[in-house]
Amino acid sequence: MSSKKDPQLPAERKGRFSRRGFIRGVGIGGGALGAGLLEKEATAAPPAGGVVGPGAIPITLNINGKPVNVSVEPAVTLSDALRDYLDMTGSKRVCDRGTCGACTVIMNGKSVYSCTVLAIDAQGKNIETIEGLGGPDKMHPVSQAFWNNDAQQCGYCTPGFVMACKGFLDEHPNPSPEDVKHGLGGNLCRCGTYMGVRKAVLEAAAAMKGAKKNG
Amino acid sequence: MQPFEYANPASVQEAVALLSPRWGQADVLAGGTDLISCMKEHLHTPKRVVNIKNIKELAGIQKTAGGLRIGALVTMDELANSADAKGEYKSLAEAAGGVPSPQIRHMGTVGGDLCQRPRCWYFRNGMGLLAMKDGKSLIPEGENRYHAIFGSGPAYFVSASSLGPALIALNAKVKLVGPKGPREVPVSAFFVAPKDEASREIALQPNEILTEILVPAGATHSATYEVRQKEALDWPLAAASVALTMKGATVGSARIVLGHVAATPWHAAAAEKLLVGKAINSANAEAAGKAAVGDAKPLSQNAYKVTLAKTAVKRALLDAVKKA
Repeated sequence: MSSKKDPQLPAERKGRFSRRGFIRGVGIGGGALGAGLLEKEATAAPPAGGVVGPGAIPITLNINGKPVNVSVEPAVTLSDALRDYLDMTGSKRVCDRGTCGACTVIMNGKSVYSCTVLAIDAQGKNIETIEGLGGPDKMHPVSQAFWNNDAQQCGYCTPGFVMACKGFLDEHPNPSPEDVKHGLGGNLCRCGTYMGVRKAVLEAAAAMKGAKKNG
Repeated sequence: MQPFEYANPASVQEAVALLSPRWGQADVLAGGTDLISCMKEHLHTPKRVVNIKNIKELAGIQKTAGGLRIGALVTMDELANSADAKGEYKSLAEAAGGVPSPQIRHMGTVGGDLCQRPRCWYFRNGMGLLAMKDGKSLIPEGENRYHAIFGSGPAYFVSASSLGPALIALNAKVKLVGPKGPREVPVSAFFVAPKDEASREIALQPNEILTEILVPAGATHSATYEVRQKEALDWPLAAASVALTMKGATVGSARIVLGHVAATPWHAAAAEKLLVGKAINSANAEAAGKAAVGDAKPLSQNAYKVTLAKTAVKRALLDAVKKA
C-alpha cells in the first residue's frame, strides 16, 4: 500500500496550517500558500530524456490558477501531493486504485482520478480541485445544486462527485438525463445518493446557463 | 508504491533506449490507469518508469488512404468521439466509449488498453498470471466465475482489452518499436495465451513500445456489444465485436471476435462461416451466436458466460446492420 510508504511530511510545514483552518481560509489564498509551501526553488518540467528520482525533486503544479511549488518523489501521486504535501484535503483518497472517483479533480478540462496520476506528470496542466470552487459564502452552482437536492449523505464521495459533475457540465452544458447517467459513471456513492446527484446535475446545468446569460 | 526513477523522453528512440531487455526493470507509463495500480499492489516494481506522454509522434488519429492510423497516446475518450472512427469504424468507437468511467476514458490510452494486465483476481493478488500451485492451476477448481470459457489452459484469465476484439475483427495491426527498429504485428498475433509463468500475455518485448494502431478500411458494417453487470463500473462479463462486408443484403465476409471469454480475444470462425451469403436477421444472428460458443468449455462457476457471449454475438450482428 502506498500509504505505508508515504515519505515523511516536510517538517517546516507541520504546525503551520491546520487542516480545518486551511479549508476555512477558502482554499487557496494565493499569498499565504505561496510563501508557506515554497520548499525549494521551483524548476520547470524535468528535462526531456533526463532521468530524475527516485528521490524527491522540486515540481510546480498549477492548482486553481495559482502556481504551487512542492518537492515530491516521482512515485507520489497527485492525490497524495494534494492531500499530504499541500494540505488540500478536499479530494479524498478512498480506493486509491482509480475506481471510486472520490479523488476526482479536473486536469486540462477533463475529470481524472488524481490517485492514478503521478504528481510529476501533472506539471504544466491546469488542475482544478474542489477547493477552487468556493465556500459557503460563494457557492459554485454545482455545489449549490448538491445542497439543494440532498445529493450527499455521509459526504465522503461528494468532493469527487462535485468535480466529476463540473467536468461533465463544462463539456456537456445541456445534458439529457441519459447523458448524465453515462457521464457520471466514474464515481461511486455507498450511501446511494445517485438520484439526488442526477437531479443536482440537471439543476446545475440550468443554473449555469442562466449565469452565463446574466453574465 | 516502490520508489522509481522517472524518465521523460521526447522521442520513441530515446524512450526505447531507456527500457531494458528484461521484464521487471522498466515500465512504460502512458495514461497510468493500470500501471499505477499495479505498482501500488507491488505487481510491478520497476526501477525506472518511462513516461511516453510527451512523445508527440504518438498522438493523434489520422485518416489515410488505406484506413485509420491511431497513435498509441490517443485516449479512449478521443477515440470514442472521433468522427473518423464513429463513421467507418463504429465498432471501435463503441468499444472505446463502452468503458463506463469518464475519468478512465479521459486518462486511458489505446496503447494502454492493449497492454493492460489481466484483471484475474489470482493474478491481482500476487499468485501469478497462471495461478499455479504444485504444478496445477488453482483456477479450474477455484473462484472462476469471471474466468475463461474458451481455451484449454494453462491460462484461465481473460484478456482485459476493450479494443482487442474490435481491432482483430477489423484486421488491424499494431506497430511495435524496439532497439532494432519497428515491426508490425497483426493484433490477432499481439495477444498470446502464455504457457508458463515467465511469459506475458502480449507479444510486446520488454524493450519495445507500442507506437500506433493501423486499421485497414474495408468493413462496411461493424458493431461491438458488451454485457456488463447492471451499469457497473467494471470490465464487461462478455463482449462481441463484428465486422461485416455486405454484398447488397447478404454477407460477403464476416469477422466475429469475442472479448473477456479467453486469455486472448477469441476468434469465432465457425460463426463467420455460417453467415457468408446470408442476410443478417434475428434467426441468422441467433444461429451465429450459437455457433460462436459451440466449443466453449466453461469452468465450474462460469457457464453463465456462455449464454452472455452467445447473446453478445447476436446483438452485435443486429446492431451492425441496424440503420442509424
